Amino acid sequence: MSEAQLDTRGMLCPIPVIRTQDRVRELAAGDVLEIVATDPGVLHDIPSWCRVHGHELLETSETNNEIRIRLRVCAP
Amino acid sequence: MTAQSKAISNPDRPRRAVALISGGLDSMLAAKVIQEQGIEVQGLNFYTGFCVEGHTHAIRAKDRAKPKRNNALWVAEQLGIKLNIIDVSEEYKDIVLNPRYGYGQHLNPCLDCKIFMVNKAQAWGFMEENGFDFIITGEVIGQRPKSQRKETMPLIARESGAHDRLLRPLCAQHLPETLPEREGWVDRDALYGFHGRNRKPQMALAEQFGLTDYAQPAGGCCFLTDKSYSAKLADLWSARGKRDYELDDIMLLKVGRHIRPSETYKLIVGREEGENNYLEGYRKQFAHLRCESHRGPLTLIDGAPNAADIEQAARIAARYSQGRDAAEVTMSVHHPNGVSEVLTVTPYAPQEIPERWHV
Ligand code: SF4
Repeated sequence: MSEAQLDTRGMLCPIPVIRTQDRVRELAAGDVLEIVATDPGVLHDIPSWCRVHGHELLETSETNNEIRIRLRVCAP
Repeated sequence: MTAQSKAISNPDRPRRAVALISGGLDSMLAAKVIQEQGIEVQGLNFYTGFCVEGHTHAIRAKDRAKPKRNNALWVAEQLGIKLNIIDVSEEYKDIVLNPRYGYGQHLNPCLDCKIFMVNKAQAWGFMEENGFDFIITGEVIGQRPKSQRKETMPLIARESGAHDRLLRPLCAQHLPETLPEREGWVDRDALYGFHGRNRKPQMALAEQFGLTDYAQPAGGCCFLTDKSYSAKLADLWSARGKRDYELDDIMLLKVGRHIRPSETYKLIVGREEGENNYLEGYRKQFAHLRCESHRGPLTLIDGAPNAADIEQAARIAARYSQGRDAAEVTMSVHHPNGVSEVLTVTPYAPQEIPERWHV
């Protein structure tokens, strides 16, 4: 189990979602991924993407226009 | 003649279809119709760089407050299917720049685009590890004057390489039988015979499935069907003397006021706070102007302006500052090499910025 990071600051949706999808593919079930983003669209899109693929959304937070989302990868 | 595929291996395994999902109603219904026949469906969505999804919503301040959604993901959630989003923005350039079948009403290469997407879907879906049997799209004969016609349907099937593994559930009854129908994986009688531009049948079917709140994009699924967007792209090509673009170029065409006073440069003026913030992200790559004496937008300069151009650019940009009626406005010019200068200029009067400069 590892904790990975993904920086999508400055990118606009759906790019952060695509990067998340590609990064998660490299991770194993149980791993945690933390995504940092600036496009508020991710607050909608990444949770939606998690529901579609069955990954677990752990938390979302927003400070100074910077958004952090943590998710746990689930088995496909 | 279309090549006739043979169903492969293990006849008893459940059949699986990959659906092109744009986020609009038709592709959603097509996927649902096939799901209803007991087929496992997964969605595929392509990011071309021109997608209407996301971007501008996120840029403009007034839109930031509104909750926005990615329609393709929303469709996947409604249908309970997985969705893969594939970034094809690099390869897609060739489609936009050199469409074999030309453009639609604006710079939308719809026919080449469809062939490209179906080809990608079959390359992805028929890979052994993905194991899909056929592809479905939401195309409807006669829906779009150029790309969705009776003659283009077999053309797309052939040119994409998908042949009779490409099924259009919404208009299948007007088309020759495909492999999934022939093999009995799907029941042709339970498919549809929609045609033309009337959208009532689709809306009725949506209601029957209990689907509401779906997206109905006007015109098309991407910015290339937009008149003013296409005009900006054509202007970019003519000013640069070559048809080419980078992803940043096509993003910037979605933002701000574009003013071209000369072949050598154009200005991109932020129209509000959200756009200014977005343009700030480009200030290291572009020469740009700021108003020092008054409040004003950030203005990027795209091209290779000379000293006289810079002065003119400053006068135009000053026109969009709070100092527009002042006799003199102080503007700072920042070059990408880090050098800055300060200019004192008289803002242009509105009639000094002719309509034809507005791209
Ligand atoms: S509208 Fe855009 S995305 Fe849709 S088929 Fe035409 S070119 Fe492709």
